[in-house]
Amino acid sequence: MTTAALPSSAAGQRRAPARVLPGFNITLGYTLLYLSLIVLIPLSTLVFKTFTLTWPQFWEAVSSPRVLASYRLTFGASFIAALVNVVAGLLVAWVLVRYSFPGKKIVDALVDLPFALPTAVAGISLTALLAGNGWIGQYLEPLGIQLAFNPNGVVIALIFIGLPFVVRTVQPVLEDAEKELEEAATCLGATRWQTFSKVIFPTILPALLTGFAMAFARAVGEYGSVIFIAGNMPMISEITPLIIIGKLEQYDYAGATAVATVMLVISFVLLLVINGLQAWQRARTAGNSQ
Amino acid sequence: MTRQTVRTAQRGTTESAWVRYTLTALALAFMALFLVLPLAAVATEALRNGWDAYWEALKEPDAWAAIRLTLITAAIAVPLNLVFGVAAAWAIAKYEFRGKSFLTTLIDLPFSVSPVVAGLIYVLVFGAQGWLGPWLAEHDIKIVFAVPGIVLATIFVTFPFIARELIPLMQAQGNEEEQAAIVLGATGWQTFWHVTLPNIKWGLLYGVILCNARAMGEFGAVSVVSGHIRGQTNTMPLHVEVLYNEYQSVAAFAVASLLALLALVTLVIKSVVEWRSEREFKAVADLPPEPPSAPSTPANPSEPYVHVPLASRAAI
Repeated sequence: MTTAALPSSAAGQRRAPARVLPGFNITLGYTLLYLSLIVLIPLSTLVFKTFTLTWPQFWEAVSSPRVLASYRLTFGASFIAALVNVVAGLLVAWVLVRYSFPGKKIVDALVDLPFALPTAVAGISLTALLAGNGWIGQYLEPLGIQLAFNPNGVVIALIFIGLPFVVRTVQPVLEDAEKELEEAATCLGATRWQTFSKVIFPTILPALLTGFAMAFARAVGEYGSVIFIAGNMPMISEITPLIIIGKLEQYDYAGATAVATVMLVISFVLLLVINGLQAWQRARTAGNSQ
Repeated sequence: MTRQTVRTAQRGTTESAWVRYTLTALALAFMALFLVLPLAAVATEALRNGWDAYWEALKEPDAWAAIRLTLITAAIAVPLNLVFGVAAAWAIAKYEFRGKSFLTTLIDLPFSVSPVVAGLIYVLVFGAQGWLGPWLAEHDIKIVFAVPGIVLATIFVTFPFIARELIPLMQAQGNEEEQAAIVLGATGWQTFWHVTLPNIKWGLLYGVILCNARAMGEFGAVSVVSGHIRGQTNTMPLHVEVLYNEYQSVAAFAVASLLALLALVTLVIKSVVEWRSEREFKAVADLPPEPPSAPSTPANPSEPYVHVPLASRAAI
């Protein structure tokens, strides 16, 4: 920003350049008002409502055996799905960045399908594929493999939902990775695998972890795609968001609020982790370019 | 460096042919299994009993009501978030103030809240036992389990889409052009319409497309606040659920096929926008360098104009 372009009276003040453009008060004011009305005030009711519960009430609501089973399923399935997404996402990102093949642009665009496809549609179509009479299910059922209406279905729905995160975080880093480093490694006698594991992998590791955390965070809160395929049996295939809905339907507002608060705290922790990972990645990239 | 070394070095940046083919085949197989097959299943299931049954299912009054409600919801939620997104991006990208990064984090907040929790908080505010419940009941205003609640929940889950697309874009573009316009006598509005808007149009469109797709497809949050009254408070995704649970598979998949179509159209527009924005940037980058006429120091000497790739950094 050039101070020469500014009125001379403002040149001495450090903040002065910002004042040239009008609209600060109104845009910031509107932003804060809208943010408060839509997000902050409604979210704060959750916290206030939780504080009206006594500690034993809260504890009973968030640690009954059925709720504990739902945590195990939600976090276990999300973890497995995010791990699968790391492997598959890295593979897809690698192929999209490094190789060329016909239809690559279409494949690239298709990666975002899980973002664009409504979750309910994903849920019923995956169920239709994997149920005993579905395209895939009919071949697996005789082998004794059941992928729908049990925890396996939850994992599959979450893999679908989380796929774009890893691809879209790793892809730009792979594109920016300097080929010279790989050339240098090869000249120094490294095999291709050594180059990958010692040169490329450390470069994309922060992005991979970010993608993992994002896919995991999304999976933990996911509802629409899962409930169709899960079968929703208490203690076995009931996810935590469904517990909240179930409590609401029985007018157990206190219980629903307590479980929702647990989920909210976990999402905040995940948000902090993701922000930290992204800062690490930015520091890494900034360090490389100097 | 000898020619031999160069060849070794270049060979070192790729894999042997069979590894390349195997990896590509694996990636494509995974994509086909997880992305293409579900889409194909929607189309097949919807047309299982032929086109007539398909049209019958879509012409049904409840299906129409659901389509109408979905369109109304998106028509309210997207413009509101658009105005907010532009205002927030202007305040955050054009000015320095304390707490800016905290504000940015707060704007991202709805992405990290589970949709079910998003619906629940509006029930806690507006529901019969909620904060405003008694007052609303007294004045006979229905928000939750009615259309306003659906719109509010949709606004919440699509809240950050446009803002987070615009903020990095406007930050990268800096203030010089706007400052020049103001110094030359343009009003704030003129500056926005003629200087800022042309610069951010692709990012804006991109954010609107993604916001709209989510607004029309949202299920979890809307499901909590809707009350599931057929023909009145069922959006398309909720109508799909109702039909599916009633074992009306063909009808459920017929409505779902419209939503799948919406997703495909979204992906196409998104790709076109990405492509156009990329091409415009390349055209600017390929221009011959301007002769240094006036003594001026660019904001960032190494990179006078930073390209921010559009990104569906999305929705957690």
